[in-house]
Amino acid sequence: MTDVHAPAASVAPLLTVDSLRIVVTGTRNDVVDEVSFTVRAGEVMGLVGESGSGKTTVALALMGHTRRGLTIDAGKVLLAGDDILVAKTDLRELRGASVSYVAQDPVSALNPALKVGTQLREIFDAHPDVRPPEGGVDGRIAEVLTDVRLDSVDAVLQSYPHQLSGGQQQRVMLGMAFACRPKLIVLDEPTTGLDVTTQRHILETIRTLCGRYQVGAVYVSHDLAVVADIASSIGIMYAGRLIEYGPVGAAFSAPAHPYTRGLLRAIPDPTRAHVLEGMEGQPPRPGSRPNGCFFAPRCQFTQASCQEGFPLPVAIGSGHWARCRRAEEITLLPSLGELPERDHSGKREGIAALLEVKDLDAQYGEKPVLHDVSVDVRPHRCLAVVGESGAGKTTFARCLVGLHSRWTGEMAFEGEQLSSDRRKRSREQIRRMQYIFQNPYTSLNPRKTVGQLIDQPLRELTEIGGTERRQRVVAALEEAALSASYATRYPDQLSGGERQRVAIARALVVEPELLICDEVTSALDVSVQAAIVELLHRLQVTRGLTLVLITHNLALVRSIADDVVILRDGRVVEHGQTVLDNPQSEYAVQLLADVPSLSLAARP
Amino acid sequence: MSTATELQAGGNAPWWLSRARSGNHPIARLIAVRLALGVVTLFAVTIVIFLATQALPGNAAYAVLGHSATPQRLAALEAQLHLNRSLVSQYGSWIGGVLHGNFGTSLANGEKVSTLIGPRIVNSAALVIAAGVIGTLVAGILGLIAAARRDTWFDHITSVVLLTITALPEFVVAIALIILFSVVVLHLLPATSTIPPGSHPWNNIEALILPVATLAIVITPYIFRMVRGAMIEALESDYVEMAKLKGLKRWRVMLVHALPNSLPPIIQVVGLNLLYLAGGIVVVEYVFNYPGIGAALVDAVDNRDIPMIQFIVLILAAFYVLVNIVTDVIALMATPRRRVAR
Amino acid sequence: MSSRREWLVILKRAVRTPRGAIGLTVAGLVVLLAIVGPWLAPHNPTLTVTETFGTPGGGNGLLGGDVLGRDVFSRVLAGGRTLLGMAAAATVLGVGLGVMLGVTAAYLGKWRDGLIMRVVDVFLAFPQIVFALLLVSVAGSHAWLVILAVGISHAPQVARVVRAAALDVCERDFVKAVELYDTPSFRVMAGEVLPNILSVVMVELGLRFTYSILIIAGMAFLGFGVTPPAPNWGLMINENRIGLVVNPWAVIVPAGLIAVLTVGLNTFTDAVARASLGVDRPAEEAALITPVQLGLE
Repeated sequence: MTDVHAPAASVAPLLTVDSLRIVVTGTRNDVVDEVSFTVRAGEVMGLVGESGSGKTTVALALMGHTRRGLTIDAGKVLLAGDDILVAKTDLRELRGASVSYVAQDPVSALNPALKVGTQLREIFDAHPDVRPPEGGVDGRIAEVLTDVRLDSVDAVLQSYPHQLSGGQQQRVMLGMAFACRPKLIVLDEPTTGLDVTTQRHILETIRTLCGRYQVGAVYVSHDLAVVADIASSIGIMYAGRLIEYGPVGAAFSAPAHPYTRGLLRAIPDPTRAHVLEGMEGQPPRPGSRPNGCFFAPRCQFTQASCQEGFPLPVAIGSGHWARCRRAEEITLLPSLGELPERDHSGKREGIAALLEVKDLDAQYGEKPVLHDVSVDVRPHRCLAVVGESGAGKTTFARCLVGLHSRWTGEMAFEGEQLSSDRRKRSREQIRRMQYIFQNPYTSLNPRKTVGQLIDQPLRELTEIGGTERRQRVVAALEEAALSASYATRYPDQLSGGERQRVAIARALVVEPELLICDEVTSALDVSVQAAIVELLHRLQVTRGLTLVLITHNLALVRSIADDVVILRDGRVVEHGQTVLDNPQSEYAVQLLADVPSLSLAARP
Repeated sequence: MSTATELQAGGNAPWWLSRARSGNHPIARLIAVRLALGVVTLFAVTIVIFLATQALPGNAAYAVLGHSATPQRLAALEAQLHLNRSLVSQYGSWIGGVLHGNFGTSLANGEKVSTLIGPRIVNSAALVIAAGVIGTLVAGILGLIAAARRDTWFDHITSVVLLTITALPEFVVAIALIILFSVVVLHLLPATSTIPPGSHPWNNIEALILPVATLAIVITPYIFRMVRGAMIEALESDYVEMAKLKGLKRWRVMLVHALPNSLPPIIQVVGLNLLYLAGGIVVVEYVFNYPGIGAALVDAVDNRDIPMIQFIVLILAAFYVLVNIVTDVIALMATPRRRVAR
Repeated sequence: MSSRREWLVILKRAVRTPRGAIGLTVAGLVVLLAIVGPWLAPHNPTLTVTETFGTPGGGNGLLGGDVLGRDVFSRVLAGGRTLLGMAAAATVLGVGLGVMLGVTAAYLGKWRDGLIMRVVDVFLAFPQIVFALLLVSVAGSHAWLVILAVGISHAPQVARVVRAAALDVCERDFVKAVELYDTPSFRVMAGEVLPNILSVVMVELGLRFTYSILIIAGMAFLGFGVTPPAPNWGLMINENRIGLVVNPWAVIVPAGLIAVLTVGLNTFTDAVARASLGVDRPAEEAALITPVQLGLE
């Protein structure tokens, strides 16, 4: 292990993690194990992985903290030479002062009952040793807030968290993290839920401050594009193991582990529309991990020797290694370049608009949410409705399908007017337009079997008899790439990806013409998203389905959409076929510029 | 109660609160809205009381007189209770009387209901307040410690003991206390709590001890459960984790970060238990022969003293409405605003 | 874990915990005693057979004689059935009514919700035992009336709790998904909402049964809802108070039985509540953010 991890430069690393092992309390099942890496002062290291990879567990352990039910079992975490996991360390003194943490969701991490100023000041009260001299606290606070670009210092200090926007709250969190000039900062997906432009600013701020104060940072994320933007080195975690580590450019342009490669090929690219390649299966849970390489069951490069124990790190280049027996081969494979372009030619042609929306105004209670929205949905094509959160895209989708009835304007499906009141729409109108929800964990009734769930729309919307219904259910399952045996299972026995497929099957079983997909991949892991997206595209080609895709992910739009509508604050800003290539509006131009892109970082 | 209630306690926030929270001077508006609703509720309550006592099938007068009903006495009682008039007009005259402070005359001893009941209300109030304060304090402290020392022996033992007490009927607790302290084991305290008419309960502390103890014991477990549950939930929240990761001292985390956020459900449950006490005093006062409105109610029911019954139930309902308003307002003021992430 | 027969799964899980096992056993024994007791009684519980407040032993039976010289042991054996029967009836009535009200209010919402909850609030203003007293004061101390009164007074509290749980379910996408098929409201409430609040209903059943026993025993203690000389545990406690010094068993045993029953029942209900955690809620609520709460991140 040692030679692989020897620091390349002469500067001693700020943080050294050595063979960190965290287990489920009271058992021998490890959640993470054999995790070793280093971080230098002023450097940002990205820690990447999907759900269940253990990345947040590792991040919290850097402060000696574990969540309920987990215990740090072995290993060292050396901060400036001292092992903080040793019993005599005063962790309380360390936290906030030497190592600080930026949480994922500032809405829940900031105490809603206390003013922002109080929450900033108390850090200094808790760490008198690093407190600037008398009167210096106010000065430091002002300095810190200016650093994070929160200018109206007094106003911010006097506010309660709920009075600030999401971006401002996150900046406050950053300010709290840098307040005592720590040596190391741990950031847990801090830009999740922020819009693209704010995200870009926050990332810039982090980079600048880390450089200015020579602070080392560990940036945890599942979003490779964001990590590519901000980190100089990256560690990739899978099922509790660090399986690849190296400089960002090297790791992304020539990944040495099949999993890393798989991730890269599953992510859509905002600059190029290519086919996405998902990975089947799921990572093994603690306690059910196989004897050999954990990734072997899902790996297309697997060979017999992969069963003989978890592979040791194989050095690839300077500071770059991967835990795969075939690492040297893998790294030479072309990663992204060979993924075929998206082919829309298989789709049918249509003439008249399938769904016409004119002058739609919608309200939520008293608040107007959509203004003058006019959109034509052309048949057999995929229309992406894009916008930041709060733009009104989900409201729009719900108006279309009748879930939201407080709207005025006109809506016509193949010439027939659609009522705003769902109950006044005919069964046929309902049947022809189906909807898929964002969260597969809440869109399926946990008390019904998959078969019953898919059968339900058939029963309610058609007159088809029992035997034929059963056949249709099986057919729908197969079309969604699930075997017929799924029909007797319950949702809680399925993974997120499988659940979303069930939702798709349920929508398809009544043979609709229009499918409205509301952020259907946002709740899924990257590797699973790709499979769902490809499924939707395939359905378009084979069934001639028309798709209305609601999303905030511009890369996804590039990958699969034919036409694009951009919404902002409830209004249509721009629409058409060439919005991504040739944006006309200032907003669209800015949006596209702010989207983080892997392809930029993937140059060595 | 048990984990059951703490899981189900979400049901206590009234549905109209969200509307009242918006706008300027939200607190004043809220109080006004709740008061108005409270008055409406009280009126509805009077209708229910009236219907129950004077509109049930079977002639109320006959029910009162029972077997001693002769046609003349029936007629006289009917006239006295206005039973020969229409329901609406009966209600009208009763309500009219109530609003003027005239609560009728006791059928049992012919005196005005209000004079008979007045001092008893004070006595019962003393019981409820004393039991409420003591129960809340004891439960609160135990709950905080149990939450801070979750899953230790202290936590387990207090939880189990209190879970057991929770399920005991008040009269069992009362009698157990009597057996222990009064009659069989020790002989320290009186088994009946007579307060001489005209004197105040706080001048007769001895008479108060066992009844207050009974009631306090009965409500402590519920409050304990809620304090413990709310504190644990606050301690598991993201902002408390963040506070720990900022390196704040333990006591500050508990008292400054966790406690304020756990107050609303605690306030709700304290209010709920005060209301529960309103029913609890019936049996407890009866067992200890304590001169309060609970014991008076039992007597009145025995004697079919309708005006008395009506008045006591009305008092209790008014108590309910008042406590509800106060609890909701305080809980609302203590609830920090949260920004809904969207 | 399969969602099939969720209520059974929860019960089994509850019984496997120490609290659940002890609670169920203890309460079960008392219930058994109450049911078969009358057939095992050595003497007729309503006839005088011994001396007034006779101490146990000698010719006085296992637990001695009560205030009127009746055999305490026989009265104890026979005194639970009515109490339990009344409590069960009141529970079923109260929970049934409360569930209907709560689900309807939650699902139909708006003015119907407002109306139902207003009416519920009015009845909540009466402490349960006071409501029962109110009704018996006029219509007489009949057992059926006590059942009715207690049952009706449970409904508002159950409705509140059920409504809160149902509201949570109604917000979830799968309910909206079914509404998209223009399914009639009743089918949505029965098929989608109700099965997902089962654990809440189960816990309410347990809690309300406990309270029913407490209140009905309390009423019996005060002398209502009983028909002397028939034996009733609640009534026995009051009847024999004056003889506490001479024969405490006449008070202690029925009080103890009620206590053991309610404590056991409550402990079991608590175990059921714990066992149902995480059953009605989605196992992994992965929203826009990757799931973290499992401690596996």
